Amino acid sequence: MKTIDARGLSCPEPVLLVKRAVLEDEFPFTVLIDDETPRQNIIRYASNNGHEIQLTEQHGEYEIVFTK
Amino acid sequence: MIGYESDDDACVYVVSKDIAIIQTVDFFPPVVDDPYDFGRIAAANAISDVYAMGAEPKTALNLLCISNCLDMGVVRKILEGGADKCMEAGVVVAGGHSIEDEEPKFGLSVMGLCHPDKIRRNNTPRIGDVLVLTKPIGTGALSTGAKADLLNKETLSLMVETMAKLNRNAFEASISLDVSASTDVTGFGLLGHAKEMAGGKASVTLEIDSRRVPLLPHALDMARDGILPAGAYRNRSFVGNHVVFEEDVSLAMTDLMFDPQTSGGLLLAMREQDVEPYLSALHERGDVAWIIGRVLPAEGTAIKVI
Repeated sequence: MKTIDARGLSCPEPVLLVKRAVLEDEFPFTVLIDDETPRQNIIRYASNNGHEIQLTEQHGEYEIVFTK
Repeated sequence: MIGYESDDDACVYVVSKDIAIIQTVDFFPPVVDDPYDFGRIAAANAISDVYAMGAEPKTALNLLCISNCLDMGVVRKILEGGADKCMEAGVVVAGGHSIEDEEPKFGLSVMGLCHPDKIRRNNTPRIGDVLVLTKPIGTGALSTGAKADLLNKETLSLMVETMAKLNRNAFEASISLDVSASTDVTGFGLLGHAKEMAGGKASVTLEIDSRRVPLLPHALDMARDGILPAGAYRNRSFVGNHVVFEEDVSLAMTDLMFDPQTSGGLLLAMREQDVEPYLSALHERGDVAWIIGRVLPAEGTAIKVI
């Protein structure tokens, strides 16, 4: 599974990397982030555009899996 | 005269029974790439606090933070933008102060005058009044999009001009009206500032009709794609529990209502019968405003969004 490491990137770059992966139909893929704003941005992108995600948190870092 | 508890937009000092001085200061790092535009926006933003208090801005002092390596041409452009905007507002730039700082910042301290009885507070809305907003929202979301070059030229230019626009017409067209509460919409977003307007005692509920809230073009597209600044989420966490949303208000729309604005419009509470004359007076000045809600008796929440 493809992994996008968006840790340390400033917004809106993480959500744009996700959008690119979606547009290129790279499902399933995982995105790694380490901040609250990209987490919210990505959740919104997924929820407003009908994508299913699984989010897990560990030590302030988040792993979001886009299944479809 | 106006204390810290009310989160008002400026300091007020009553000099005599006829004159009060309004003093305000605001400065921030660049919000756009073009230095001249940045100067205009910073000045329009700083002056806006004086209009929000119901006063006429008179003089200003520049505040400038620059790094040694910044080209002097850029610095000159920032100051020119600020000076031109002040001139447009009839404000005399009397000087200022600059210091060295790694990240550039610019803004102004602005002084205005007002009759003490005419000072407008931000937290005294009268039940039955109509809420009017004088600029569309979405500058935070669009600025975030601009950082990633997602905006076309027209949208970018409209965003810049919206932020650089003075609230002068918005204020002057309302001078003769009985405005019960006034503020300008900036960093706390529309709902953050509406929450301040509703006040801490929750004696009123501000009802905001989301379908009537004006949005900058493409701001909703940005919100739907999660292109939002951190401040939008911060504002939601600060005031979200004072807001009740009707179910059919979309998440993207609620996000934009929390979106931090740079140099946003005035939010005014005025009598219903004054709204049409106000809009006509604005129209004569080539300007517009939007009715976005009303002040209701308390319904157990500071703000209700329908």
